[in-house]
Amino acid sequence: MISTRFDSLLLAAAFIVVWQLLHLAVGADVVSSPAATLTRAAALLQNPNFWIDARSTGGAFAVASLIGIVGGVGLGLALGLRRFAGDVADPILNTVYSIPKITLYPIILLIFGLSLSAKITFGVIHGIFPIAIFTMNAVRNVAPVYRRTALALRLSPFATVTTVLAPAALPEIMSGIRVGIAVTLLGTLIAELFASSSGIGSALIRATEFHTVVDIFALTLLLFLFAALINAGVHRLERWVRHDG
Amino acid sequence: MRVSTVGIVRTIVVAGAFVALEALCRFGIINRLTMIPPTEMVAALWQILASGKANADIAFTIVNTLTAIVLSIVVGFLVGAALHALPRVRRPFEPLLTAYYAIPVFVFYPLLIVAFGVGRTALIVMGAMFGVVAMVVNTLLGLDRVPPVVDKTASVLKLGAAQRLILVRLPAAAPHLVTGIKLAVAYSVIGIVAGEFILATAGIGKRIAFGYHDFDNRTMYGMLLLLLILVMVVNGALSLWEKRLHQRFGQQ
Repeated sequence: MISTRFDSLLLAAAFIVVWQLLHLAVGADVVSSPAATLTRAAALLQNPNFWIDARSTGGAFAVASLIGIVGGVGLGLALGLRRFAGDVADPILNTVYSIPKITLYPIILLIFGLSLSAKITFGVIHGIFPIAIFTMNAVRNVAPVYRRTALALRLSPFATVTTVLAPAALPEIMSGIRVGIAVTLLGTLIAELFASSSGIGSALIRATEFHTVVDIFALTLLLFLFAALINAGVHRLERWVRHDG
Repeated sequence: MRVSTVGIVRTIVVAGAFVALEALCRFGIINRLTMIPPTEMVAALWQILASGKANADIAFTIVNTLTAIVLSIVVGFLVGAALHALPRVRRPFEPLLTAYYAIPVFVFYPLLIVAFGVGRTALIVMGAMFGVVAMVVNTLLGLDRVPPVVDKTASVLKLGAAQRLILVRLPAAAPHLVTGIKLAVAYSVIGIVAGEFILATAGIGKRIAFGYHDFDNRTMYGMLLLLLILVMVVNGALSLWEKRLHQRFGQQ
């Protein structure tokens, strides 16, 4: 444990050294120095305007995640429980999942305009498919003996789903949710980058337009920390579900 | 028999979706400024391809994407193999790798333009930056799942480190590596198309962005269709390859 922590520190130190060297090699026009970036990030965290953007992104991200999870798990359960429907939908879902969603962004913009719904929709179309696919496979992979037990106990279909299938499939569904949430954040941010007047993504675009490199790096650093935090949180939840489920 | 029924129903579902979309567009429920009917998209694409006016853009995007993909795969595999060999370095790296795809890497694209100028290089670096981590992650996953007996066989045969990696571990990890390649392709395309949307001298993404800004929906949807077809064909081929490898090496 201690050695892991030591290794992490060592890696962080190495990372900062490489960053500093890169900064020295290509100049502050392209890569801002670690010290300047950290100072700027700390200043941003105290800036109310930053929090307005953060709340805008966070709100859209939360709504998109919620829709993605509810829709994805619902769709996945529905398809997972019906062998035939699942067989029909499986390759379609996988193909849609594999499309780089960014190519669809102009269409979303034409439909929704520059609005909050465009942001949320773009987040949802990123997240819903991996969650649906993972859920569907999770339900299909539940050991047949569980289903037979439910049948032997004469459980109602509703009781079968809530007390047998859902708990058995939960760990895998959580993996899907972890993947889904990560891409939902990406989708929300992409939407903000390309067309939005609020949010971290549009703050990044403003920084790009004024070419304030230190802002770009500071915002990206904060985003990365946020993403890592969310990821670690869901990962912990996933592990907890695995042990207790 | 069952397989064919599934196939027929699937075809009906997909065809039905297209017919519905076509009807919605034709009857004006979906505005022409929002979306043109799918048949018109096909016609627009055919026109673009036949006139040859977009050939330079298409070639530009394809060459750049291929370069970025090759870079991602080679660099990703080497980094993955190196991290696998050094577990102490790998452990603290792991959370970085998993969180990587949640940040939009192309916020760095403007900086790449400053560094490399507007043109191929910035786009290729962008695509490779996007694709490389998927390859690293899947290389690690693949090497983790190499059965110990395969490694022991390599030891018995007294293979050197490089030989062991290329002759024994590479094929044993192949199914996961193909998954990595598939993802690296998808992510490289995202990186390059995003870059072309933002700022580029040419490319399919640039044509789409231009069409969008000029309300030239025929060009926009024609080029979008082309991009989607290219991606789906490549992805379909790689998925097939992946499935074969998984069948051959077992699903473990």
